[in-house]
Amino acid sequence: MSSAEMLHVGRPISRVDGRLKVTGQAKYAAEYPAADLLHGCVVSSTIAAGRIIRLHTDRARAMPGVVEIFTHENSGKAARQDEDWRDDIAPPGHPLRPLHSDRIQFDGQPIALVIAESVEAARDAAALVRAECAIEPHCTQLEAKRSQAYVPPEKRSGIPPPSDPRGEPEQAFAQAPIKFSREYRVHAEHHNPMEMFASTCVFEPGGKLTIYDKTQGSQNVQSYVASVFGLKPANVRVINHYVGGAFGSGLRPQPQLFLAVMASLALKRSVRVALTRTQMFYLGYRPDTFHTVSLASDHQGTLLSIMHDAVAETSQYEDYQEALVNWSGLMYRCDNVKLSYQLAKLNKATPCDMRAPGAANGVTVLECAMDELAHELDIDPLELRKLNFASMDGNTGKQFTSKALDACYREGAAAFGWSGRRREPRAMRDGHELIGWGVSTGTWEAFLQTASARARLTDDCKLEVSTAASDIGPGTWTILTQIGADALGLPLEAVSARIGDSTLPASPVEGGSWTAASNGSAVQAACEAVKHTLFKRAQRMANSPLADASFEHIEVKSGGIGRKDDPRRSLSIAEVMHAADLTEIVEDGQASADPEQAKRYVSYTNSAVFAEVRVDEELGIVRVARIVCATAAGRILNPKTARSQILGGVVMGIGMALHEEAMIDHRLGKIMNHNFAEYHVPAHADVDDIEVIFVDEHDDKVSPLGVKGLGEIGIVGTAAAVANAIFHATGKRVRDFPITIDKLLAA
Amino acid sequence: MNRFEYVRPDTVAHAVKALADRDARALAGGTNLVDLMKYEVTRPSRVVDINHLPLRQIEPAPDGGLTIGALVTNSELAWDPRITKRYPLLASAILAGASPQLRNAATTGGNLLQRTRCYYFYDPSTACNKREPGSGCSAIGGVNRIHAILGASDGCIAVHPSDMCVALAALEAVVNVEGKDGKRSIPFSAFHRLPGSEPQHDNTMLQGELITSITLPASDFGSNHTYLKVRDRLSYAFALVSVAAALKLEGGEIRTARVALGGVAHKPWRDPDAEQALSNSPGAP
Ligand SMILES: Cc1cc2nc3c(=O)[nH]c(=O)nc-3n(C[C@H](O)[C@H](O)[C@H](O)COP(=O)(O)OP(=O)(O)OC[C@H]3O[C@@H](n4cnc5c(N)ncnc54)[C@H](O)[C@@H]3O)c2cc1C
Ligand code: SF4
Repeated sequence: MSSAEMLHVGRPISRVDGRLKVTGQAKYAAEYPAADLLHGCVVSSTIAAGRIIRLHTDRARAMPGVVEIFTHENSGKAARQDEDWRDDIAPPGHPLRPLHSDRIQFDGQPIALVIAESVEAARDAAALVRAECAIEPHCTQLEAKRSQAYVPPEKRSGIPPPSDPRGEPEQAFAQAPIKFSREYRVHAEHHNPMEMFASTCVFEPGGKLTIYDKTQGSQNVQSYVASVFGLKPANVRVINHYVGGAFGSGLRPQPQLFLAVMASLALKRSVRVALTRTQMFYLGYRPDTFHTVSLASDHQGTLLSIMHDAVAETSQYEDYQEALVNWSGLMYRCDNVKLSYQLAKLNKATPCDMRAPGAANGVTVLECAMDELAHELDIDPLELRKLNFASMDGNTGKQFTSKALDACYREGAAAFGWSGRRREPRAMRDGHELIGWGVSTGTWEAFLQTASARARLTDDCKLEVSTAASDIGPGTWTILTQIGADALGLPLEAVSARIGDSTLPASPVEGGSWTAASNGSAVQAACEAVKHTLFKRAQRMANSPLADASFEHIEVKSGGIGRKDDPRRSLSIAEVMHAADLTEIVEDGQASADPEQAKRYVSYTNSAVFAEVRVDEELGIVRVARIVCATAAGRILNPKTARSQILGGVVMGIGMALHEEAMIDHRLGKIMNHNFAEYHVPAHADVDDIEVIFVDEHDDKVSPLGVKGLGEIGIVGTAAAVANAIFHATGKRVRDFPITIDKLLAA
Repeated sequence: MNRFEYVRPDTVAHAVKALADRDARALAGGTNLVDLMKYEVTRPSRVVDINHLPLRQIEPAPDGGLTIGALVTNSELAWDPRITKRYPLLASAILAGASPQLRNAATTGGNLLQRTRCYYFYDPSTACNKREPGSGCSAIGGVNRIHAILGASDGCIAVHPSDMCVALAALEAVVNVEGKDGKRSIPFSAFHRLPGSEPQHDNTMLQGELITSITLPASDFGSNHTYLKVRDRLSYAFALVSVAAALKLEGGEIRTARVALGGVAHKPWRDPDAEQALSNSPGAP
């Protein structure tokens, strides 16, 4: 599609599902009714390691309304092989099997499921279940296991391991005139989307299941349930029409899904299991990570060596992996690079992809180190970044499909007023507040996944586009509608999207910021196929005005199909369909990455983030007064939903910089601040002015639509920009995230 | 949550009677009690919903102060013109706490009686002397960066979390309660207590007593005051430390100073040394 043909794509269209959401009509997993529904409440372990000797369930069983209590001694039938439990996203290891054995490997592990006729009865009874356990030693402290860290023997599919060293990083470091090694830490952050994990499993006579699940991938859940319970995939339908935020937490099937289905199959009734906010804290989280970053440069600031070694936590049972250090090998031009990434096993649940997994934390520490280098060199931190601009990916030696990062630097700096910055720290003040300005680069990979879609055009010029994608918040419903409308020249009102259903054309999970590019391109392809069929039918009509036209000359718009160069030579869609005795045309389309192109090119979204903080020096209170985030992400399908993505990412980045931290009592192996009163995410007062800029970036290789994706990039770099601004304000460098008042006062 | 009996008396006398039961609890705004019940920290046998009691007035007190009914919400109190004019310190302390939604529900009596935010207190799988006397204190040696700096004991290092109470301590309010043995008035400084060996008792109320109102004495701390709160985010977080300070000035000199600290002890902490140092001193540095 050329821009001229795009009436809806590229415009700030409001969410097509917005009204349903704000009026409460959009239903979420725990809201679907079912006849004779049973309710499950999960009982969680209160120790971090050990064995269950006995579960005392008598008092709970005696509660009126209690139907069954499942434990490891009576849990329903499920697959025995690890393989059958592995979902699309699973890291290597032994996936968690709830209620599988008496073994406890982390605090909060599900150890029983109480099923009752009402939520209240289930909850009250669950409180009466008592576990008698043999406690074993545990460890939840990453520093304690750091010396035992190991390189994961088996790699997680889809996650590139750190690239091999290049050049002579150690030697270059030793010989460089300017150099340092710094230790950083980014504490674990916990997934807390608004919608908590929930599954409503509707049991139909004959054993068919319809499962309403809080997930980022209906088909991932479908195949997981089918293989864990040995069911025919055709007998398992999974629906996730609306998802109340997920950020990666819903990529993998979570325990409540298994439990709901297990109970449903065992009791032959519909069952709902929803987790509590507290239980959410036991599950998905961004891993706690330690980093050593060593940078060396010449006197002018040209990088001579980059070394980045990281240790991340994982569970006892899986080797969760993410691209944590790889960024340090590709963001800047440097001939001597060494990266390493190790894991340490703790008594916690397996970490989970969380918005820009690996980049949000890995890029943060590199970008703080770059700021430290600029300070050592006494040069402007933005200039240092420009000076080391990478015009190709040093890790792979491949070209970028596009990289308008220089425009991000330029436009972001101009909007922020960066040129007015005084270089030395503590130079800017307003009353009792010190003012600091910081900058960071952000980057995230732009993916194109294999995805399919279907387009159905009816003779009344209504178009339905469908794909088993999910909309976890970014606006997938809306952009698919826009793409469909433009592809067949229809008004938005004539187009409806269908997503969030495993019976629809195959789609990957929604994650990695790939949905707009992948599913969007598939929808585009399906619409193109419809157009083609329509054209062929039109040509076959008697005295067709399009008989001698070729497909390239054809456009479909305003309910008709005709020649671009001669609008008089056209037919109405209804006319064409009726002549062919059709009431609808249905075609499928696909999108997938081009393997040939992948040999030569890589794609990344890039950004420049500028932050101003104000620090009350006496009290240590930090305010993020403003942020400018300039992003290059290829074509922007919808500036309104796109901006929202960046805003959300930036706010999460502020949380990473200043607030989010699980407080663990390592003696007990327990997270103590497992609720929203005590686990802090930014509140409104913490978020001031955020300016979002999208710079022009034309990319004809990244995806058929030229789209790169925006779900993650907003968080990447934000925490570093804030931390660097705090240094600029105060002259104090805190290398331990989040930067809380006590750390800042002690620095 | 356990099963409980629910009653909704219309008179103070009936409420006092209903509260006589050892495991009965009054329900006001419910912003703390309901959480405590959901977490299985409090398992009342009877919930006495006091919202129908006639305790919603703010009235002049005989000595020129104000009497505030126990059910006046935190929002109503903070925005009442008599408060914003004569007791602005109290208004700013209230507005520094919680969120607008919570303040709309939270009541004057409930605010005084809210329990500590010690993480362990809310997690029944851990030892906590306040929740279960004699079980031990997990916070000592544990996660305790929000805990007491002053007046803690070997048995408990929890703090009282209220902002409003810090201002009430500085303003020397009086708490009026009614129980089966009648009414009494407790000076604010004697209302909350230090944990000592009985951290299960947050205050000096007797079992079954009901707060009916608080009285603010006539005050001339209307002009020179501040409530400063330091917390882990800029709103909607409990105080790491807070200070309520009020000065009475005469001819540019400080005549009387009141200083109370929040978030540092088991009770709002009046600091007599600071008050003394400031009193009768030149105002400006
Ligand atoms: C997320 C969150 C954040 C918060 N942040 C802050 C903050 O920053 N600063 C702050 O000061 N507060 C904060 N609060 C606490 C809030 O102020 C209190 O929960 C509230 O004031 C309690 O009032 P209530 O009427 O809801 O009490 P309830 O929950 O109804 O009752 C609390 C207790 O008092 C008893 N009770 C209530 N009224 C009476 C009475 N008249 N006589 C006898 N007993 C009575 C109840 O039995 C119960 O034990 C926060 C609360 C939450 C949930
Ligand atoms: S500090 Fe007090 S409330 Fe906290 S665990 Fe110790 S005894 Fe319980």
